Amino acid sequence: MAQLDFIAPVSPEQAAAALLAGGAGARPLSGGTDLLVQLRSGRLPPGLIVDLKRIPEAIGIRQEAGGFVIGAATPGIALGEHAALTAAWPGVIEAANLIGSTQVQGRATMAGNLCNASPAADSVPALVAARATCLIVGPAGRRTAPVESIAVAPGRTSLAPGEFVLEIHLPARSARSADAYLRSIPRTEMDIAVVGVGVNLTLDADGVITDARVALGAVGPTVIVADAAAEALIGSKLDDAALARLDTAARAAATPISDKRGTADYRTKIAGVLARRAATIAYARAEKTA
Amino acid sequence: MSDVLERPASSAPLDDGRLKIVGTRPIRPDGVDKVTGRALYGADLAMPGMLVGKVLRSPHPHARIVSIDTRKARALPGVKAIITGADFPELADEEYEAGESASNLRDLALNVMARDKALYNGHALAAVAATSSAVADEALSLIEVVYEVLPHVVAVEAAMADDAPVLHDKLFTGGLKEKPTKASNIAKRNEIKRGDLAAGFAEADVIFESRYDTAATHQGYIEPHACVASMASDGQCQVWSSSQGQFMIRTYCAKVLDIDASSIRVTPAEIGGGFGGKTTVYLEPLALALSRQSGAPVKMVMTRDEVFRASGPTSASVMTVRLGAKADGTLTAADVELKFQAGAFPGSPVGAASMTALACYDIPNFSIVGYDVVTNTPKVAAYRAPGAPISAFGVESAMDDLALTLGMDPIALREKNAVHDGTKASYGPTFRNIGYAETLEAIRSHPHYSAPLGPNQGRGVAVGFWFNVGGESTAAVNIAEDGTAMVITGNPDIGGSRASMAMMAAEVLGLPIEKVRPIVADTASIGFSMLTGGSRTTFAVGMAVTQAAQKIVEDLKRRAALLMDVSVDQVDWIYGAAVCTDVSKGKADLSLADLAAKSGQTGGPIGSQISLNAQGAGPGFGVHVCDVEVDPETGHVTILRYTAAQDVGKAIHPSYVEGQIQGGVAQGVGWALNEEYVFDTGGVMENAGFLDYRVPVASDLPMIDTVMVEVANPRHPFGAKGVGEVPIVPPLAAVANAVRGAIGKRMTSLPLSPPKIRAAIDAG
Amino acid sequence: MSKRTQVSAVVNGDPVDFLTDPGATLLDALRDELGLTGSKEGCGSGDCGACSVILDGRLVCSCLVLAVEAEGRRVETIEGMAEGGRLHILQQKFLEHAALQCGFCTPGILVAAKALLEVNPDPTESETRYWLAGNLCRCTGYDKIIRAVMDAAAELRQVRV
Repeated sequence: MAQLDFIAPVSPEQAAAALLAGGAGARPLSGGTDLLVQLRSGRLPPGLIVDLKRIPEAIGIRQEAGGFVIGAATPGIALGEHAALTAAWPGVIEAANLIGSTQVQGRATMAGNLCNASPAADSVPALVAARATCLIVGPAGRRTAPVESIAVAPGRTSLAPGEFVLEIHLPARSARSADAYLRSIPRTEMDIAVVGVGVNLTLDADGVITDARVALGAVGPTVIVADAAAEALIGSKLDDAALARLDTAARAAATPISDKRGTADYRTKIAGVLARRAATIAYARAEKTA
Repeated sequence: MSDVLERPASSAPLDDGRLKIVGTRPIRPDGVDKVTGRALYGADLAMPGMLVGKVLRSPHPHARIVSIDTRKARALPGVKAIITGADFPELADEEYEAGESASNLRDLALNVMARDKALYNGHALAAVAATSSAVADEALSLIEVVYEVLPHVVAVEAAMADDAPVLHDKLFTGGLKEKPTKASNIAKRNEIKRGDLAAGFAEADVIFESRYDTAATHQGYIEPHACVASMASDGQCQVWSSSQGQFMIRTYCAKVLDIDASSIRVTPAEIGGGFGGKTTVYLEPLALALSRQSGAPVKMVMTRDEVFRASGPTSASVMTVRLGAKADGTLTAADVELKFQAGAFPGSPVGAASMTALACYDIPNFSIVGYDVVTNTPKVAAYRAPGAPISAFGVESAMDDLALTLGMDPIALREKNAVHDGTKASYGPTFRNIGYAETLEAIRSHPHYSAPLGPNQGRGVAVGFWFNVGGESTAAVNIAEDGTAMVITGNPDIGGSRASMAMMAAEVLGLPIEKVRPIVADTASIGFSMLTGGSRTTFAVGMAVTQAAQKIVEDLKRRAALLMDVSVDQVDWIYGAAVCTDVSKGKADLSLADLAAKSGQTGGPIGSQISLNAQGAGPGFGVHVCDVEVDPETGHVTILRYTAAQDVGKAIHPSYVEGQIQGGVAQGVGWALNEEYVFDTGGVMENAGFLDYRVPVASDLPMIDTVMVEVANPRHPFGAKGVGEVPIVPPLAAVANAVRGAIGKRMTSLPLSPPKIRAAIDAG
Repeated sequence: MSKRTQVSAVVNGDPVDFLTDPGATLLDALRDELGLTGSKEGCGSGDCGACSVILDGRLVCSCLVLAVEAEGRRVETIEGMAEGGRLHILQQKFLEHAALQCGFCTPGILVAAKALLEVNPDPTESETRYWLAGNLCRCTGYDKIIRAVMDAAAELRQVRV
């Protein structure tokens, strides 16, 4: 009979070795809010569960080189409780804190959200817009990769056998910068994003946007970096014309499917709506920062 | 906010305007167990040596079962029993009346376990009992089923088409003038008619017609179906299960397994919600059959996925409504056609939907035609006012458009055509003691109805009707040696009925509420009662409780007379004590405790049992008003404010009456906005979980204001009418009408999900 | 057959040891190994909140936690909410406000509400609704639940003052 095994290593290297030895059926466990559901539903056959929560580096938030290092097993609720992190990256935190219920927030992690590789993962567009990177540990050692390189298709990642994400790194914040994330769901809570949009902006002293990054979730097999949408904003003060260009560019970048959560037509339109709204929020936040 | 509107004098026999307990809000007797986690629900019982039972379900929506080979599964260590359809007796094709709806026993048995054909994805094909959950799962995976996959049909109109795949080759449409010669998925056509339809429409100044559709929705009780069952070698059975009626469980198990009802003792667990969905059996007969084969108790618990795929939702529907009215709003004619999905076996609530469709209106000429249509989806089960919310969605949406066309206030249009005492109801009987006009007035005069609205906001009004039922009920009251009382009934308490039973008994006996303990007894410990459903319990079982308490009071007076040595007619029962009315005799009052202590001298233990078939349940009317705001870019609807008024007869425990109204509104809002069964092209439900089925969560709703209108039902001792079902009838249309106000477009298809609303806005 | 693992944890303040399958959830262990059936399984996927417990101070769905993860952790369940025979104010307010009908979701909601009041003693209606959005109730329409939680919060603030 298929048997689930569980280990809780205390170092990243032990975890990588165990994952490698466990083969295709081995999975790292951080929050478990996706993993346990998949195991229970039979979508994932029982194999080896490698719990990351006893690895010191995998837990908690550290400020390093002006940026933030977030351990892979840090639950969403702990992110929201971190005042400096929330002040620097409000969009990333609001995205992470939109995942599931309060109960889910007590467990779910951004690294898990990333590596589950759902096209609708809430935190990923915000992380991509933030130009976050992740520290990957594997049998061959450690490497750093941009978050957008992790998911390659729904449910599939670029991680090699034995590799797992140990930390997520958010870069140092430049002045007059801010981000925002919005998603559309049918209810007010508890749903999977029908569309999610992360926007990250930097303004000059006059309020002109000098840098922008727009990432779209749930409108393609993986998160879409909408470069044209970002370009639509750069050089503007987010006037109506810029917002209209952003809307058009976001819709053009979206390549959604129709499914039980929404039609392709609806998703395309909402990508434009949310891009405008998220940009407006991010802009207002950036203006308020020093 | 809640208000009680009361008529000055009640016509209820026992409501003298000086009630001490009925109408107050005591803490419910089962409350402490439920807030401390002590209360035991279906899955909470464990018995020594208990096995785990699990069900193998069809992956196909329609398939002939060529063979089922259980040999490999049987050989697995730890597997103790395996059953298939072959383990159950063939049953006759007969209707059996059980509570709110009749069931065909043969269909019921075939739904519990398929024989020749699997008729929906999730249909049970086999079940195993094993020493652990893991072994049971593995055993299921070792059962080899050979299927001949057949074409399937899900949508109701597709199933009605001439070339549709036929589910049952012996099903011929009933209700037609000529008996059909060809099998059909249309199980039945029903019709209600009055007057001359053509003449009625000819008289009309305005005719409005539209087509509506609703999606299948699930009752969504949070507790999955669960039971423990045991059959001993002498054939004596014990069942512990969560259901809306222990006697219903007993009856159905006895019929499906062909054993004597008296050999089955069913103990009701606490029930974690039902809403009609637990008025039938799924697991209990399987657990008993597995126990018979294994010789051990068997526990079965559905997963949430199984609850959605294999237990009854309510019907998806397609409707047309045509209304004719004079320029002053007087309705002259109505033509309603209802097509309801029944699921795999006949028995949609289209009959009740037809009877309720126009029940709020006095219309001289009408026709209501309904179709009960089988489809390759789970067999529908009762869902709170079965059918009525669906037909009300069509009729109340059409009435809203008619009011707009006529330039009339929507409540004024309804008042103009409202039924009153003495009106012959569209479904037959003549209304008496109804509080519909008062309920309409309660909303018309409510501050909500005249509050201002902002941009992108709309207000919708809708009315709703439910019959409420009475029926066969038993209650016993026993007095303990210290003069405290036990109230014993046979009806599971879903929403606080134990409190109302104890309150009615306490009122009659003159005891404080905390001296009366209500229990829900097993099937061997109390006489028969129909299940908890049809909003019947407080009315009908309450009537039995009251009469049992009254019988005790009569007996106590007799006993007191004996002890006082006076004649019975000189003894009154006042606030819990026997009082000699002839003051000259100088007799001290005898309290219930005094009489209980001396019961040995006056005839022995004090107790009574009443069995009755309660008639005269007062029909209920509700009038709802809902405000919404629609985000015009995302199509997202926010419920801003909701007020529900209802004629409740007499609120025995007002808090639980309010709770029924608020809960019904919340379910109706979910049905209106997001809930639906989504099937893929292969006939498999795509959203069989709470994540994507989307019942309302706390942040989706505002406070729900209630107005309890009390127009007493003189057939009930305290004036009660059923209250639980009416409140789910108006919300579907109330929400849709509010959305109409907000976006200026009529949405005719439920649910009103954001993509549909955005598409409607974009269509211009 | 399964290799069963021994787990030592502190449940409602008491040290406990139990054996569990590595694949079993904390909810399974609470209900089946420890007999604490107050935590309910409504979905098994973290969508209904009926199995809510507090794990090392964090509100979680016990159906989304492996039992083996509880090793060395503190778990608080509904059974530990009343102190001795004295109900927690939330429990008392739920009774007074009739904030339950069938009662199946009630233990999870009480545990979640207790966690709310520990981090936010003065929640607004909206904060209360969003905090409890992961606890489905199909009977009440939430109205009386929200009122009971806010009333309990008010009373707890009085007690603290």
